[in-house]
Amino acid sequence: MDALIPQLLNGSAQGALLLLAALGLSLTFGQMGVINMAHGEFLMIGAFSAYLVQQVIVASDLSIPVALPVAFVVAGLFGLLLEVTIIRWMYRRPLDTLLVTVGVGLILQQAALQIFPSQGVPVEKPRWLDGQLTILGYDWPLRQLFTILLAAVCVAALSAWLKYTSFGRRIRATVHNRDLAETTGISTRTIDRLTFFVGSGLAGVAGVAASLIGGTNSQMGAQYIIPAFLVVAAGGIGQLKGTILAAWAVGVALAFFAYWTTGSLAQVLAFILVIVFLQLRPQGLFTVRTRSLA
Amino acid sequence: MTKKPWISLGGIGVFAVLLLAVAPLVLTDHWLNNLGKYCCWAIAAVGIGLAWGRGGMLVMGQGVFFALGAYSMAMHLTLETAGDRIPGFMVLYDPLAPLPVFWEPFRSAGFTLLAIVLLPVIVAGALGYALFKRRVKGAYFAILSQALAVALAVLISSTIRETGGDTGLSDFKYFFGFVLNDPANRQMVYLIAAGLLIVCLLAVWQFYRSRFGELLIATRDAEERVRFLGYDPANVKLVAFVVSALMASIGGALFVPIVGIITPAEIGAAASILMIAGVALGGRASLFGPALGAIAVGWGQSSLGSTWPDGWTYILGLLFIVVILFLPNGLSSLPARFTGRARRTPVEQPTPAIAAAELEEVRS
Repeated sequence: MDALIPQLLNGSAQGALLLLAALGLSLTFGQMGVINMAHGEFLMIGAFSAYLVQQVIVASDLSIPVALPVAFVVAGLFGLLLEVTIIRWMYRRPLDTLLVTVGVGLILQQAALQIFPSQGVPVEKPRWLDGQLTILGYDWPLRQLFTILLAAVCVAALSAWLKYTSFGRRIRATVHNRDLAETTGISTRTIDRLTFFVGSGLAGVAGVAASLIGGTNSQMGAQYIIPAFLVVAAGGIGQLKGTILAAWAVGVALAFFAYWTTGSLAQVLAFILVIVFLQLRPQGLFTVRTRSLA
Repeated sequence: MTKKPWISLGGIGVFAVLLLAVAPLVLTDHWLNNLGKYCCWAIAAVGIGLAWGRGGMLVMGQGVFFALGAYSMAMHLTLETAGDRIPGFMVLYDPLAPLPVFWEPFRSAGFTLLAIVLLPVIVAGALGYALFKRRVKGAYFAILSQALAVALAVLISSTIRETGGDTGLSDFKYFFGFVLNDPANRQMVYLIAAGLLIVCLLAVWQFYRSRFGELLIATRDAEERVRFLGYDPANVKLVAFVVSALMASIGGALFVPIVGIITPAEIGAAASILMIAGVALGGRASLFGPALGAIAVGWGQSSLGSTWPDGWTYILGLLFIVVILFLPNGLSSLPARFTGRARRTPVEQPTPAIAAAELEEVRS
């Protein structure tokens, strides 16, 4: 039992990071049916933004709180650019969008490799993240608690935004029924762009969190995109709660598998777990029930 | 395509003459070997063309099946080279441990050949059955298949003693009794690869003109309608997926004696994407497009990829964007465009699956 609780926390922190990475993906996939394979690279852009902010504001205690909104906006703008230049031509071909964004991802990775040192850049961790908190006799590393807190804040902000603002209402309307939403005068094109901006921005926030946990380099995004999509698939599209639960479950499963076996075997096992789960519930955990045949 | 099958057959004939008779005469040993490597990728690409171009299943993890064939072959060649002893890399890692159990049957040449054929059929059959019967499709299927490739590459990288890890398996001296250093034998291996590419082209040519081919296209374009007509689309897709897996495995198996090394990098996500790139460039739904595209991308990879690696990555990325955005049916659709016979591209599906899900909804 003594070994299990730290694993649970470790897994929850991993799950929180996965959730941050998957939130944006779930938003864009749920609304537009578009899989953005460059999403991982937006996460990388967020991490590099954190590094660049630290070049300006040297004190890392202050720079990380500044980096979070900056990463959101920078990654969001990249997402907006992608939507305006490429993805808007492809809404009729969702599967092809996937491949086009693979190409975008390759280019972004290579550009990052050439702009920044190839071995990656160091992102200074703020001092207030060192150390740990002792609760109930266990030591909780602050860095992991911070990731969980960040994910919780993002989810709360996102769901409040979706629920209470007029933009959020329009997004939900578009997700539920695009044609009807258009009929009522909602400009779904504007909504699509906005969703893409917010979704990509969330990837940027995830990137800042990831830069505090692992290394910041041009390859970092590639390792998140597939687990993040598995989370979206297992959670079911169109609803946040499925994504949250699935991210937590996959994170905890990864942590425990890694604890019992090895880190690499854990990835294989987690993958098998998701396949088996999709056998039981092909539409994911929660889904908007429809009468359609798809 | 189905109207004038004999023209396509003639095309395959010309292709066969070029690959089997002309290429060995005009190319140096080095370039012949390279062409052999491209042929291996082309064999896998022909399978992708069948599954993706004709069947609408975006198989982003063909590296898995490529690996099944390649590692089966590599294990056999490693054992053949090592003779009665334990393969060198295992001794380096742990001198005393015995040969892993799953290596033992690969001593037999017959078992190896059987494994190259049966392993992908079993794995693709089980995976395809599980996914298609539950109607997992579209992006879900694409990402799951890629996740499988990533998982396998990670697994191989981490099992250093059993599979050679990141350094892979290499230094093969014999190929079913033939000395691999001998140029004549290398030419033979090339001819086998090129010959099998022709066989695969003939196989898909037959597929495309058969009723199965019609059904496959119907499934791609309107799966529900096929279901209402009384067919099970899952079975149709399963057959195409298994055949494409088999082709990837054959390509992988021949890749090993030709290139002389197999590593996880040749089968992971990036390698699987590279296999798709050729198919997209050549024309996913055409007969020759996937093979020619794969040969072109293979050539780019081994020439530009080594002399100008940064630029090659940009080119590859741009290739995906430009080709898929502007030429969804690849270069093979260009002649039709210029002669004004362009029809509406069948790749453009009328409605995305997600939109269909929104038509009518009942909250539970």
